[in-house]
Amino acid sequence: MKPLDPRLLKRARGARVFLAASVLIGVASGVLIIVQAVLLAHGIAGVVLRGSSVTAVAWGLAAVVAGRALLVWVQEVVAQRAAAAVKSTLRRQVLEHSLKLGPVWLSGERSSALTTLLTKGLDDLDPYFARYLPQLVLAATVPAGVIGWMATGDLIAAGTVLITLPLIPIFMALIGWVTQARSRQRQHALAVLAHHFADVVGGLTTLKLFGRAKSQESAVRRVTDQHRAASMGSLRLAFLSSFALELLASLSVALVAVGVGLRLVDGKLGLETALMVLILAPEAYLPLRQVGMQFHASADGVAASEEVFRVLETPLPARGERTDVPDLRVSPLYLYDVTVTYPGRDVPALRGFDLELRPGEVVALTGPSGAGKSTVLAALLGFVEPERGVVVAAGSAADEFDPVEWRRQFAWVPQRPGLRLGTVADNVRLGRRDASDDEVRLALITAGAGELPLDKTVGEQGQQLSGGQQRRVALARALITDAPVLLLDEPTAGLDADTEAAVITNLRSTGRTVLLVAHRPTLITTADRTVTVGTRELVNA
Amino acid sequence: MKSLQLARPQRAVMWRLLLALVLGVLAAGSAVALLATSAWLITAASAQPPVLLLMVPIVAVRAFGVGRGVFRYVERLVGHDAAYRVLGETRARITGRLEKLAPLGSQRKGDLLARLVLDVDAVLDLWLRVLLPVAVAAVTAAATVGLLALLLPTAGAAVALAVLIACTVVPWLTARTAERAERNLAGARGDVAATTTESLLTAADVVAYNAIDSVLDDFSRRDAHLAAAERRSAWSAGLGSALLVLCVGGASVAALVLGSTANITGAVFAVLVLTPLALADVLGGIPAAAQLAIRVRASLDRAQELVDTPAPVTEPTSPLPLRAGRDLQVNLLRAGYDGADVLTGLSLDMPAGSRVVITGSSGSGKSTLASVLLRFLEPRGGEVLLDGVDLTRLEGDQVRSVVGLLTQESHVFDTSIRENLLLAKPGASDLQLWKALYRARLGVLVEKLPEGLDTLVGEHGARLSGGERQRLAFARLLLADRDVLVLDEPTEHLDEETGRALLADVFGAAADRTVVLLTHRPELVPPHVPRQLVCLT
Repeated sequence: MKPLDPRLLKRARGARVFLAASVLIGVASGVLIIVQAVLLAHGIAGVVLRGSSVTAVAWGLAAVVAGRALLVWVQEVVAQRAAAAVKSTLRRQVLEHSLKLGPVWLSGERSSALTTLLTKGLDDLDPYFARYLPQLVLAATVPAGVIGWMATGDLIAAGTVLITLPLIPIFMALIGWVTQARSRQRQHALAVLAHHFADVVGGLTTLKLFGRAKSQESAVRRVTDQHRAASMGSLRLAFLSSFALELLASLSVALVAVGVGLRLVDGKLGLETALMVLILAPEAYLPLRQVGMQFHASADGVAASEEVFRVLETPLPARGERTDVPDLRVSPLYLYDVTVTYPGRDVPALRGFDLELRPGEVVALTGPSGAGKSTVLAALLGFVEPERGVVVAAGSAADEFDPVEWRRQFAWVPQRPGLRLGTVADNVRLGRRDASDDEVRLALITAGAGELPLDKTVGEQGQQLSGGQQRRVALARALITDAPVLLLDEPTAGLDADTEAAVITNLRSTGRTVLLVAHRPTLITTADRTVTVGTRELVNA
Repeated sequence: MKSLQLARPQRAVMWRLLLALVLGVLAAGSAVALLATSAWLITAASAQPPVLLLMVPIVAVRAFGVGRGVFRYVERLVGHDAAYRVLGETRARITGRLEKLAPLGSQRKGDLLARLVLDVDAVLDLWLRVLLPVAVAAVTAAATVGLLALLLPTAGAAVALAVLIACTVVPWLTARTAERAERNLAGARGDVAATTTESLLTAADVVAYNAIDSVLDDFSRRDAHLAAAERRSAWSAGLGSALLVLCVGGASVAALVLGSTANITGAVFAVLVLTPLALADVLGGIPAAAQLAIRVRASLDRAQELVDTPAPVTEPTSPLPLRAGRDLQVNLLRAGYDGADVLTGLSLDMPAGSRVVITGSSGSGKSTLASVLLRFLEPRGGEVLLDGVDLTRLEGDQVRSVVGLLTQESHVFDTSIRENLLLAKPGASDLQLWKALYRARLGVLVEKLPEGLDTLVGEHGARLSGGERQRLAFARLLLADRDVLVLDEPTEHLDEETGRALLADVFGAAADRTVVLLTHRPELVPPHVPRQLVCLT
């Protein structure tokens, strides 16, 4: 883990401004710490040696204390504002990049992991900015200033600190290096425990169904106890690194104090200098100790930002830039020997598939579940690059064209349409943003959803609509586009026979090219042609 | 404190926590004492006494220097051990309680449970990062005040005031500003979260319709609200920490002023002025702990609330014995959740070995009926008879030894296929397992797997497809050998074809068992199955 990721500074301007401000505040804090030490030493020595008045010193000290408090407050404010700006920048960048990476990249668990990252995950940057980074800056600025000032009064004490201070990170690194494996073991044990608990809680109903739930309380207790015993062993090692830190820091202060005391007895040092050194010595170690303590607060934030950069550094698929996409109203579309394997899978989802799609015809894709019917549509839309084979229109391969322009040729109704928050009309207008209310209504009627009011809210994930209604809204969305080719994935699933017949008749009357994935016999018979997609071999991960 | 109910330690752990507190006070106290004795040593040394007189403070300074690190190390070990024990006990307690509540009745129980699992982890934070550090700080600070008061009562009083403010006003202020910021942010944050979720879930549609830019614009607009709210709330952040610096610094200044005119030795004076500085370190963690306390409390309160849900079913005090017959009769059943009745006066006759298909749109009470049949829910009126015996006169486990359930999302445990099956029938032989797998039409697939029955299925069965997962759950149900099979939307997450195949196999393997299928897709039932079709409205 890097203490400060340069990518964060590169990507987010807010982080650079913040770092600059933090350095300023750090330097000012260092100066005030030194002034405070000098004033205190002066005041105490004055009283002890000369019995002089402390009024002036007290006022000066009060001012310094007020100044330090002010700096603490400003630092927090700056940190929170910077965190807000950085999070906002990263959220937008990640969302944009992941949408551009496309639905195949986003599919499955990655989508929910990204949602967590963008909402809760990035909030872990708050403590990173508010506590860790400022401490890191303080650790870089304050000890240098403090040691420098100590050197003006007592070279030996300054030397002691200068020698012991670097020992801390060295020891921490050494011990950390030794304990890393054990620490991972412990993290693993904890994760296993949490996972076991989650699995039991999630499956309690199932356990209860089989009369096995009552034994779970003692099972959880037993498993927890086993893992606790194991993880305590690793903790003994894992805590060594902070032990070294604390021990070195406080022992060094003790050494400085005793050394200074002995030199005082010998008369080699004045009381005021000695006090100043004593007050400053712990301040040299404090920022370093704080960084060690904030390490935990920062770890989640660093992990989140690393996750962010992993997304942002995923290269976008290479696509062409030609914008002269052939008009599929007149040009036929060909798939030659197309084989598609989804990333992370061993087995192709679609194997050596050929298809000719002539303008104006209705073609039904059939085949068993998992044969790759939906993958044919995904390949046409450019969601996934064929591993072998090519998609061709008017003599040019599809990947020569700018994907945005290419996709204008298609309108798509997926198996599970993604409906967005808003009204029915909003969702239909995703197909064509400037469509009038009448056009939207017409599209809905054509899609067999004439009964839906335009201003009906769709709800989260289309919850306010039935599955059939969602599909018909998605169909209306496809119909309202000017796209010459409709790609429909089981568009009439969940519809009754009458509505289905009406929708199919309407589809034909639009005169567009239609490629539809079909299971139902009625749907298959309405097509001009049926193409069977090959069978899938049952292979398991 | 209500949140302590769940996270309360067992008696044996109490002592460990107390030990951690004592060790923590010794560690923090060593730091204070290190500075105090150093101040005394140096000021005394400046009078150039014989070195022999300084031997005691010199040894003390070194001892305190070592003590701080050592005590802290042991404290962390003891504290972590205790906190892990409390966490384990809390998890066990919750499991025991949830067992009575399962299946929790609510629609979104998946979310609730997932959040509960995370919320319970707050127990660690509660003890390790809130209660122990604050207690250590308070006790150490009080002891320091006591020491200073012995040296000079007026100075002690001044420092006591500072400590009091640091231990009361500072955490209160920190917590309050954090809470207010949280409240102000909640709306905007929820908005951004919803938009993010939506954008990612509908990514395919968004990309297909070239709508990335408009989606991003919409997102940026909502995100700007959140960022603005966060910037506004920044102003109040850090007030607590700043006040803490004022307190500690003020204590030092007060001690300087009060001590300068008092009749004390120079060494005592130095101790008075410098010791408060060490308090900065002791009290420094309070704002962070206060901030964390809010989140911890919210988590534990949420968990407590879930656990406090009244149990949906009261077990009979003297249950009747289970009879041999398997005829089920539903008479004028009224049932529902919360205020509303979902089922009002449903009557059904399900003789042993019959096939009943119950349809109806979502919300018409299919799952409610399943819950009543499995004794997961108490009927509010009417009755369900099993061979003439009212289900409410039987224990839940008795009922469920006769009635089995397959739902749309059967839980598959993150272990091997074998373990997943065995929980239905502990001690079953491999032959029995294979038989169940083959009857659920999963046998060929499992046989092809290199690890066979010992293949791990992954979290929530992620290594299996949806259809395979349902088949595994069905094999488990067959193995359990229940006489009545209730199937609640078993094909919900499957495509049409897979669903059709699953139902054909289910009805094929059910043999002479009663099958009650609850579905909104009755068209997937194989046509040759003779059945009774009931429509709920």
